[in-house]
Amino acid sequence: MRAERGHYTIYLGMAAGVGKTYRMLQEGQTELEGGRDVVIGLLETHGRAETQALAEGIPVVARRRVTYRDTDLEDMDLPAVLRRRPEVCLVDELAHTNAPGLEHEKRYEDIEDILDAGIDVLSTVNVQHLESLNDQVAEISGTRVRETVPDSVLGRADEVVLIDLSPEALLARLRAGKVYKPERIEAALNGFFRVENLAALREIALRQVAEEVEAKRLVTEVVGTRDDTMAADMSKAVGERLLALIEPYPGSQRLVRRAWRSAQRLGAQLDLLWVAPPGHEPEGDQERQLVAMRQLASILGATLIVEPGDDVADTVARVARDRGTTYILMGRSRRARGLARLRIPLPQRLMEALPGVDVRVVADRSTRHERTP
Amino acid sequence: MNPLIIGAVAIAAAAAGLAAGWFLPPHGRRARRTRARGTRKIMLPFTGMSISRRAFDAAVRLARVEGATIMPTYLARVPRHLALDAPLPNQCLQAMPLLEAVEQRAIAQGVSVDTRIVRGRTYRDALRRTLEAEPVDRVIVSATSNSHKGLSADDLEWLLEKVPAEVLILRPDPEDERKVTAEGVKGHF
Repeated sequence: MRAERGHYTIYLGMAAGVGKTYRMLQEGQTELEGGRDVVIGLLETHGRAETQALAEGIPVVARRRVTYRDTDLEDMDLPAVLRRRPEVCLVDELAHTNAPGLEHEKRYEDIEDILDAGIDVLSTVNVQHLESLNDQVAEISGTRVRETVPDSVLGRADEVVLIDLSPEALLARLRAGKVYKPERIEAALNGFFRVENLAALREIALRQVAEEVEAKRLVTEVVGTRDDTMAADMSKAVGERLLALIEPYPGSQRLVRRAWRSAQRLGAQLDLLWVAPPGHEPEGDQERQLVAMRQLASILGATLIVEPGDDVADTVARVARDRGTTYILMGRSRRARGLARLRIPLPQRLMEALPGVDVRVVADRSTRHERTP
Repeated sequence: MNPLIIGAVAIAAAAAGLAAGWFLPPHGRRARRTRARGTRKIMLPFTGMSISRRAFDAAVRLARVEGATIMPTYLARVPRHLALDAPLPNQCLQAMPLLEAVEQRAIAQGVSVDTRIVRGRTYRDALRRTLEAEPVDRVIVSATSNSHKGLSADDLEWLLEKVPAEVLILRPDPEDERKVTAEGVKGHF
């Protein structure tokens, strides 16, 4: 009996037709040739000849029929897969919702049982099925998918393999009838399969995998083996991540706009940080400003962090390290008075505390105006 | 009392004061410099790619007279198929340069600005939510002769009836063709 959980590989794509199932079958064939016991738990070929051809030779666990409201449905036969106990099981479309009355509501839950039985699983999913991306994808594409899975499903995979294809190549495949049957092609081209949609989805998929890689890297650093320590010494992150230092007052809105614009240009994530005085509860105007800032962050898709701290530089440095920040934006500090002039300015302290992180001071237009005669 | 002792005490007190000034966290001083409360606010709600120049000018004139802050407020509509708190990147692409342009123009005229992007299922819903959370003293809107643009007649009626603020509705005018747009910040925003 296998005690260890199976190895879980997910093939992630931006849309139908990029070749996730094909790649899964290629891996299945490779495993089979390597002498492992491989079965197809569930395969959706969508009538694609190339896919069907590639599946040949891999044993299939027959689907089970379920009758629901006078309709015959077919789903993966989970008990049969578990009885068969292969070494590797191929399960297509993990976001699928099972017919009512089966062991689990969703197919990705079936996969958990298979993994727990020590069986390696290869599976597929499109990026728009991920819960956190569902709204974003719907706004971009105008199409909302009903079958969603928690993002943690990707997090539980040992490997997430991005199946990438340029939008133009995917459209060529679609036009050649390699994705849908001829009668569906026209509708697909006029609907979901538009270059701008596919380009945006591709970007989301690439970003999602980059984030998964980063998340796993951060976990690795916490574990801290020798190899991991070497990994920790490497540069913190490949992608850019911006941190804007704000305060709940109107001038910060402009700083946020600047930061957001920079984040857009760099294709970076944006965090907003207010280092609040410890024990201080915002009230009145400040509270309203904070609420407005929270709303702005939410609309922009940024993260607002309120961190209590006496020492602004120390707190910013800690948050920046935790978030993997590569770029800090801040407004001009208030003019120091008295002995405070002798203090090291905040940007300089940040540059010393965070080597390799860019620090940018955003000009204050209201001050510039005041100086104008 | 011995003048030497008095001098020593004075020096010690001055040193303590200076030390406190040095070690006191910036927030301590900042808290005492909190801005005056009750600043008058003039809301300038708008939709789309531009803001009526007449409404903007009216807001600036009033703000100058009253020492008020103008609050240009971009109203974003959240489609039904999205959660109300979903990010709206496409609408932000429209709103952000426009808010930047409005803010720069207002500051150049010596008026303080506090911009907003707010959202709701409809423009009115966005307005209602904002005004509930953040009361203002005046609302200035420009009525439009185009029923498909901006706030509808019903919305304006709602504003007049329900909003506990002075509402200034500018009649449609040929001058409405003059707009404040994001063109002014194009290339550097």
